[in-house]
Amino acid sequence: MSRVLDMLRFLGGQVIDRVWRLGRASCFFLAVLMKSGAALLRFSLLFREIWFAGVLSLLIILVSGLFVGLVLGLQGYEILQRYGSAQALGTMVALSLLRELGPVVAALLFASRAGSAITAEIGLMKATEQLKAMDMMAVDPVARVVAPRFWGGVISMPILAMLFSTMGILGGWLIGVVFLGVDDGAFWSSMRASVDFRHDVWNGVFKSVIFGVAVSLIAVFEGYYSEPTAEGVSRAITRTVVTSALVILALDFVLTSFMFKGMS
Amino acid sequence: MSDDDFLVNIENLRFDYGDRPVLRGIDMRIPRGRVVAIMGGSGCGKTTLLRLISGQLRPTAGTVRVAGEAISEMSHARLYAFRRRMGMLFQFGALFTDLSVFDNVAFPLREHTDLPEDMIRDLTLMKLQAVGLRGARDLMPSTLSGGMARRVALARAIALDPALIMYDEPFTGLDPISLGVIGQLIRQLNDALGATSIMVTHDVQESLRMVDYIYFISEGRVVAEGRPEDVRDSADPFVHQFVAAKADGPVSYHFPAPDMAAEFLGAAHV
Ligand SMILES: Nc1ncnc2c1ncn2[C@@H]1O[C@H](COP(=O)(O)OP(=O)(O)O)[C@@H](O)[C@H]1O
Ligand SMILES: [Mg+2]
Repeated sequence: MSRVLDMLRFLGGQVIDRVWRLGRASCFFLAVLMKSGAALLRFSLLFREIWFAGVLSLLIILVSGLFVGLVLGLQGYEILQRYGSAQALGTMVALSLLRELGPVVAALLFASRAGSAITAEIGLMKATEQLKAMDMMAVDPVARVVAPRFWGGVISMPILAMLFSTMGILGGWLIGVVFLGVDDGAFWSSMRASVDFRHDVWNGVFKSVIFGVAVSLIAVFEGYYSEPTAEGVSRAITRTVVTSALVILALDFVLTSFMFKGMS
Repeated sequence: MSDDDFLVNIENLRFDYGDRPVLRGIDMRIPRGRVVAIMGGSGCGKTTLLRLISGQLRPTAGTVRVAGEAISEMSHARLYAFRRRMGMLFQFGALFTDLSVFDNVAFPLREHTDLPEDMIRDLTLMKLQAVGLRGARDLMPSTLSGGMARRVALARAIALDPALIMYDEPFTGLDPISLGVIGQLIRQLNDALGATSIMVTHDVQESLRMVDYIYFISEGRVVAEGRPEDVRDSADPFVHQFVAAKADGPVSYHFPAPDMAAEFLGAAHV
């Protein structure tokens, strides 16, 4: 009996803890938005963070995009060939990338490359009292440290996702057209005919903006509320990566079910 | 002296971390233009007291008044306006690790003034000159020795010419030479800026040499106070223990523990 009660108590505690964190993250989100004025107006601050988050993730995004495209080309060709429609490879590669793989995989990579770095940076600044020192100098750390990093992430994410998709399409083309002999003209024209700007390109960009907001918020939140010790910061980094991955995949399902339902 | 002669007035200040009392009723007045030391053992609540004075923490009871205004009743904007006139030297320096020495000291100027860059440069180099580190402007904080880092943090704390400067353990972890240098700097800067300084420390000898007034804290209360010359030959058992660096006295060497006989002999029976 008491084991059951303990279990219930544990589960209840976990649920309350999650809900409480979610509530705190929402309040933090509002605070960041309200204190974003300076971050968005002082371009040098924002530029540094876009550079940090975006440009440093660039290489991994480009290389991964290429490999994902290569695999899509191989698998897609093999499957489409069975139905004698290998010339539709362009359509398949482009739609998979623009709708799903581009935004989702780029966001996962972004969370582990830039998100973890943002959490580490803010967490270490907190642990070494740099945030307190800033607050003592009458400079609000949320406005000066958190907001620029948040917006740097939000702005970088859709650009990175688009680059990922572009590299992927090139990879699919390389495999399909150059190595497997799909007709070059058919590859591009099938793609052009079936990719709808609003449904496919725009929805993909919209997804990556949402992912950018989610990952950046998780990264700054975990850093800002990390326990100010070495273990605390390392736990916060792990949480950033794990929580981001779960949130990206869950959000992707929700967004997809709204965007593409009832489409034939 | 009237109330106006004191920059900081602390009345019956209490503070608990959760349900653990740290400060249990502190009364203290810091006269304008003076360097005042607050002394006490490690963990007695000195850092907490500085945080209460600077408004980073809210008192459980009692008030801290700076220039006549209660810190805990101020709006965020008002508190920030006050903090522009306060400088704080953190126990571990808290330099921004991603900025050079120069940019660390220039940080408050860049955030709070619209001065042109060449003016900021001159002001920053003047502050660095005051702490003897003008030549170290391009170094990164991670490459500085403890004493140098503390001096850079000091230059940053005084960048906006504060009226109140707070030092948290400025002498800890320094070699005797750096220690003397910091002590002299604190004194000189206070007098040159016409500021008021509060220094939290447990270094008795250095403090006796350079401060105007000393408060002793123990168990969350002020247990003794006085000018250095009075403190040096005080008959007060607490002050005597502290000044003479005795292990045991009113401040017990042992952390509260169960009776020794019971603990060792009792265990033998099991
Ligand atoms: N954030 C905190 N939460 C709980 N207890 C704390 C916290 N910070 C300090 N304390 C406790 O309060 C007491 C006073 O701390 P502090 O003011 O840092 O002492 P001092 O600076 O005199 O060494 C210590 O016993 C410390 O363990
Ligand atoms: Mg302390």
